[in-house]
Amino acid sequence: MKFTLNVWRQNGPQDKGRMETYQVDQVSDDMSFLEMIDVLNEQLIGQGVDPVVFDHDCREGICGMCSMFINGEAHGPGRGVTTCQLHMREFKDGDEITIEPFRAKAFPVIKDLMVDRSAFDRIIQAGGYVSVNTSGNLPDANATLIEKPHADAAFDAATCIGCGACVATCKNASAMLFTSAKVSQFALLPQGQVEAKERVLHMVNQMDLEGFGNCTNTGACEVECPKGISIENIARMNREFLSASITSK
Amino acid sequence: MATTRGLFGSSLARKYWMALTGLFLCSFLVIHLIGNLPLLMGNKEAFNAYAHFMTTFPLIKAVSYLLYASIVIHSVDGLMLAKQNMAARPANYVKYNGAANANWSSRNMALLGTFTLLFLIIHMKSFWYEMHWGSVPMITDAEGSTYKDLYTITVAAFEQVWYSLFYVVAMISLGFHLWHGFASAFQTMGWSHPRYTPLIKAIGYGFAVLIPATFASIPLYILLT
Repeated sequence: MKFTLNVWRQNGPQDKGRMETYQVDQVSDDMSFLEMIDVLNEQLIGQGVDPVVFDHDCREGICGMCSMFINGEAHGPGRGVTTCQLHMREFKDGDEITIEPFRAKAFPVIKDLMVDRSAFDRIIQAGGYVSVNTSGNLPDANATLIEKPHADAAFDAATCIGCGACVATCKNASAMLFTSAKVSQFALLPQGQVEAKERVLHMVNQMDLEGFGNCTNTGACEVECPKGISIENIARMNREFLSASITSK
Repeated sequence: MATTRGLFGSSLARKYWMALTGLFLCSFLVIHLIGNLPLLMGNKEAFNAYAHFMTTFPLIKAVSYLLYASIVIHSVDGLMLAKQNMAARPANYVKYNGAANANWSSRNMALLGTFTLLFLIIHMKSFWYEMHWGSVPMITDAEGSTYKDLYTITVAAFEQVWYSLFYVVAMISLGFHLWHGFASAFQTMGWSHPRYTPLIKAIGYGFAVLIPATFASIPLYILLT
């Protein structure tokens, strides 16, 4: 397969950046999108051109590192997949493909297609944890009974890999889906109740400080989320935040 | 909680105010439409009596201040949210396929809202301002009560083709705004439930079609009869 690639090149955070056009051929339809970029980079290195910098790690859809905004969508046209799980057979031979970094004020570009997503880490640090006694007398994990639907919903929320596709997709660059998944995975469980109010208040506060936009409930995030995190989590966070704001001291 | 911004200033708080004022404005639309139904029946007395009641009854007067406040809060808050949202993505995508994952009205709420506000300003100048401070001719009904004759002014306004067409376009815009806005307000408040949310969405879609369509039928009815 042959492709014409329009790739965003940016030397650093301060650089303005520009689109560059490259041709790649001898791409197999079984290649993942990242492997196709590997082919491009081999070609660029051969020509003495700087290879395209992009994030990647596990290449099996669980680490959340690969980003890329492909043809106007986070992780490209596939549903429920990360960029490493997107295969070239999803495209037609000869297609023109536009590749950009995830764009948000809170995700500054480091170089080319790589962005700094540590704003998510700071949201987690603000409250995405539970305090447990680690002095040696740990309670039995199964001693606390949890309703199956709650356990399932908490698990579903916890499958968020923090990739940032929700932010990249959202017309407002809002981090509500990510933050709400991280609030929900604890809010649904008895272990999360101790810090429930402080958690939601502090995590939302940090989300605002990072410069993410607001939620318009377009639902684009849940469509593009590789893990299918539901916007029901956003409603839950809205509920938690409202009640915590009214009742906290 | 000194470090958090709670019910004032946080992004969620701004959205709560949008949702609550939006839903209150929805309830107003229903009352306003019911009051205007005499226009569709050509019932001059009933319409003038309604207009007189709405401008003089104390409870309505009190609620009207809540309504003005809601319009101002919904507009100002909405514009501030739109400004923040634009600032959250300083560099735009070269290629952005918004239609792939969200419907058109949800992506254009600020635009639709701004047009609705523009309509509202013109609408209030034409009728609300005239009724309160303008020179509306007086009329005496069969029982001897004297009212301001808003009916005649309304009919005269809607007999102008361009004016009526502007109303129809504005109602289509309002319809799109409500198409997303109604159910979105419930989601923002966290009033979400697997059993009731589909019902709220269905009511929202019905509301978004029925209410603006009935409003739009008033100028069309006057224009065509």
